[in-house]
Amino acid sequence: MTGDLGVWLYAVTSSRDGTEQLSGLTGVAGEPVRTVAAGDLAAVVGSVPLEDFEEQPLARHLEDLDWLETTARKHDAVVSAVVRQGPAIPLRLATVFRDSHAVRRLLEERRDDFGAALTLVTGRTEWGVKAYGDRTALTAAVAEAAAAGDAAVGTGTAYLARRRAQLAARDTVERDAADRAERIHSRLVQHAAAGRRQAPTDPAVSGRRDWILLNGTYLVDDERSDEFAATVTTLGAEFPGIRLERTGPWPPYSFAGVEREPR
Amino acid sequence: MTGPGTEVDDQRRVALVDLLDRVLAGGVVISGDIKLAIADVDLVQISVRALISSISALSTPAVALGGAPKPPDDG
Repeated sequence: MTGDLGVWLYAVTSSRDGTEQLSGLTGVAGEPVRTVAAGDLAAVVGSVPLEDFEEQPLARHLEDLDWLETTARKHDAVVSAVVRQGPAIPLRLATVFRDSHAVRRLLEERRDDFGAALTLVTGRTEWGVKAYGDRTALTAAVAEAAAAGDAAVGTGTAYLARRRAQLAARDTVERDAADRAERIHSRLVQHAAAGRRQAPTDPAVSGRRDWILLNGTYLVDDERSDEFAATVTTLGAEFPGIRLERTGPWPPYSFAGVEREPR
Repeated sequence: MTGPGTEVDDQRRVALVDLLDRVLAGGVVISGDIKLAIADVDLVQISVRALISSISALSTPAVALGGAPKPPDDG
């Protein structure tokens, strides 16, 4: 059944970069991916059936987790393939246009914005870093640090000092954890071109397992990616009770010129 | 709840959270009348919350340090 088609946008790239490698690539509706060019910019797009991708059906589909997952992965696969060809700016998931003319108008109207965004991401890659806190280990680390400052003499006195430090640490562990996460973020930013903290995606589940202290993402110069990875490892060793997890490489989703205030 | 064999699936779900975090909250947002439709992120929050709660009971994901591939070299 062939109905009306809309145009799904994946990414915007420079029309100078070869996009011939994209042939054979299929998108969110299994459609062949193509480019729409205007001046020195090219949008990577696909034609998708409106019966699935118009506002109403799209909204329904997005409530379906399996559909959302499949679509997100296909969108990301195309965006990632474009990024392998050269610098590109990803579009947010589910951006659908009426036709190619509308896409050309977008490229013309926002030429400067896309140009600036492409300049920002050129030669850089996005990496995510999440910090998970282990409440027990973190409390012990805080107490350890506090007790070390106590010049207690006798063992009994030392024991009491340790005990006091442990009790105090339990009260301040939230604040200490937040403080450490902020320090980790600042250190990572020093090794990146840009960085931002995002709202934790995972809920701060009570208990030790998924206590997420930092959901950061960083735009890193490609020649500094090893240095950045080494910094993550160093920080992980430096902060007992905090486990760091690096994800990536990602297309520059978080640095595409979208202003997002940390919530 | 999480026994042997669930680990790969758990890893996948965790990675999905990171992906959704980016494709739904990142990327360029186009506003104006030239577009036909755009996902209202608020609409998607419900699905994402359902997903998150389904993975929140996971065991700790394996540490991914040093295991990530190098970015492609465009030079």
